[in-house]
Amino acid sequence: MFLPPAKLSLFSVACAAFCLMSGTASADVTVISFGGSNQKAQVKAYYEPFMKTTGSKLVTGEYNGEQAKIKAMVEAKNVSWDVVEVESPELARGCEEGLYEKLDMGKIGAKKDFVPAAVSECGIGLFVWSTVLAYNGEALKTAPTSWADFWDLKKFPGKRGLRKGAKFTLEFALLADGVTPEDVYKVLGTKAGVERAFKKLDQIKPSIQWWEAGAQPPQLLAAGDVVMTTAYNGRIATAQKEGKKQLKIVWTNNIYDFDSWAIPVGAPNKTDAYKFIAFASKPENQKVFASEIPYGPTNLKGTALVDKAIAAELPTAPQNMKGALASNTPFWVEHGEDLEQRFNAWAAK
Amino acid sequence: MEKDNVMSSLTATILTEMHTENSASLKDQLRRAERMKKLRYGALILPLALFLLLTFVWPIAALLKRSVDNPEIVGAFPVTSSLLHNWNGKALPDEATFVAFADELGKTKGTPPLAAAAKRLNMEQPGFRSVMMHSARAMPPETGTSPKDALIAADSRWGEIATWQFLARNASPYTARYLLASVDRKYDEQGNIVAADEDEAIYVDVLVRTFEMSFVVTVCCLLLGFPLAYMMASQPPKIANVIMIFVLLPFWTSILVRVAAWIVLLQSQGLVNQALMAMGIIHEPLQLVFNRVGVYIAMVHILLPFMILPLYSVMKGISPTYVRAAQSLGCPPLRSFWKVYFPQALPGVGAGGLLVFILCMGYYITPALLGSPKEQMASYFVAFYTNQTINWGMAAALSAILFVATLVLYMVYSKLVGSPDVASKAR
Repeated sequence: MFLPPAKLSLFSVACAAFCLMSGTASADVTVISFGGSNQKAQVKAYYEPFMKTTGSKLVTGEYNGEQAKIKAMVEAKNVSWDVVEVESPELARGCEEGLYEKLDMGKIGAKKDFVPAAVSECGIGLFVWSTVLAYNGEALKTAPTSWADFWDLKKFPGKRGLRKGAKFTLEFALLADGVTPEDVYKVLGTKAGVERAFKKLDQIKPSIQWWEAGAQPPQLLAAGDVVMTTAYNGRIATAQKEGKKQLKIVWTNNIYDFDSWAIPVGAPNKTDAYKFIAFASKPENQKVFASEIPYGPTNLKGTALVDKAIAAELPTAPQNMKGALASNTPFWVEHGEDLEQRFNAWAAK
Repeated sequence: MEKDNVMSSLTATILTEMHTENSASLKDQLRRAERMKKLRYGALILPLALFLLLTFVWPIAALLKRSVDNPEIVGAFPVTSSLLHNWNGKALPDEATFVAFADELGKTKGTPPLAAAAKRLNMEQPGFRSVMMHSARAMPPETGTSPKDALIAADSRWGEIATWQFLARNASPYTARYLLASVDRKYDEQGNIVAADEDEAIYVDVLVRTFEMSFVVTVCCLLLGFPLAYMMASQPPKIANVIMIFVLLPFWTSILVRVAAWIVLLQSQGLVNQALMAMGIIHEPLQLVFNRVGVYIAMVHILLPFMILPLYSVMKGISPTYVRAAQSLGCPPLRSFWKVYFPQALPGVGAGGLLVFILCMGYYITPALLGSPKEQMASYFVAFYTNQTINWGMAAALSAILFVATLVLYMVYSKLVGSPDVASKAR
């Protein structure tokens, strides 16, 4: 083929650029997760072994679950994330609103291997986590045993930590007010029930210290800023491992939920995104994750592999599941915005 | 001076042209030459004008539009919307509306437009999302059943006039509901504007709080900054420069670092509390952070340079001879300061005050980190709606209210001070 030199060089430059672009695109998978000790465990269990076995490069990052970023990327058709860790209500909403790809389970694993609730249209469960009552054993003489104790300022004087938001805060208020776990969402679905939850929260409002990031509760407890707090079970376990033995967990009426992997619509490297998700769903890798941070595997075979000592610390352990409440995703998809708005108004007064 | 140059070069060109072409009148040529000059000057500022248009005017216009945009229902159900537009609202809509709605529900089933419409309606009536979703799942109707029966079978609410009135109310391309919600107002069932429920009303309080906190911070900055600026202006340059470096040093440090440092200093086991307790001034730690006190301390610290710099530059230009003259004529020191010095420093006070106040109004990170929910200002809720609930209409409406408040403030300021040219006075 004969081309004039100028055209030839232009052609080769274009070709080189194209090869370079496609080269980087096939090499990198961008995985975004919630940071902190959760991400550290993911590095050990998933990121490093994945890079070793497949030879592809992972770009990792963290976010706080804000869907706005993903929405903006998808709307602008300029998506730079391949795999994202999302919570259940956001996943359900994002799936309906076209933010996440409908997943092809065939590329991930056999559906029957997973906890049924972990498999949804746009996501595959990554782990089961739980919000529990945690307390500082040095600051309290007697151990609290229930959410009613959390509300008992006379018996357990001191500040309480709660996550700044309506989700789970309202459930705990109702549980403390004597509503049984089975009835919590039924009661919360009525106007009177919402009223009741906020009335209950009024009782301890001056003693509440609000937290926002999962890393805060263990810090607040250890520094003595609060005597009791709601917390993610994995964060407390990590703090215990780091030597803060005085931090204790009460499992009574904990609320558990899944975090899932999802692929944003228009992800640049879908093929490898699937490969990564499949890799992270394998029982042997989920086992490593669970021993790094005690969040329950979603792969049933993975649960079987976990050491006995660690298994007792997982939200999925039978004794921890007793009286536990599954977060009601449809309820929060439906009432989330309304209740968060009401919560904001209440908290600001 | 410049004008004279322009004029002389202008007349020169005109004169040379007159030699070659005598037919056109002098007036016309002058006008043409002037027009050319204007165009040339215009071309020079064109890039800046375009830049401002693209980065300033257009985003603000887009933001204001977004605060009244209501594309969801009209976008998902265009035919139903136009039919409902002509519906009288007295009885159930006619068969054609049911057919159109059933058809459009079926078409949008499982797609983002339906989700967006359901989310929009859920905003007005919590729980309506699932009505839309399970109605859509029942569409299209099985052969033999009329769309009307199928819809009512899917959810009995489609047989009620109120439901259709609700849908019709929201099926217009523009709405004032976000702007109304930003001032704690809403539409009732009949479409009248009423006050929001007491336990949902929040934004009027938040706006009042935003103004109140901005005002307190501005006054504190003025009280602290004025004496310092005065001292700097009256010192020899060597000392003034050293003080200036002390003012500017924190100004160059990242705002997050400074806020984090304040947490370390002010928390209950922090340095300030420990020092006060060691000295025996207090016996229990004071609550200095995660409340109003902490936010004020940090905001005043962060915004102080914005007060000091304009004050200093104005004070630097005030000749000390005026006060001396007043005093030599028998005016007591305080009175001569107040009557002679202060009026000359007023433009600096105005510029600094306005700058600090407007910056305060948009403050987000400091109250978010150092305050409790009771210290959050309007911008916190803008961020909340943008990031957390992805309700961009509400975020835009709150920003629009803040924007208008700032404009009004600026107008009041320029009325009071007389000239809107703050920048040149602060120079």
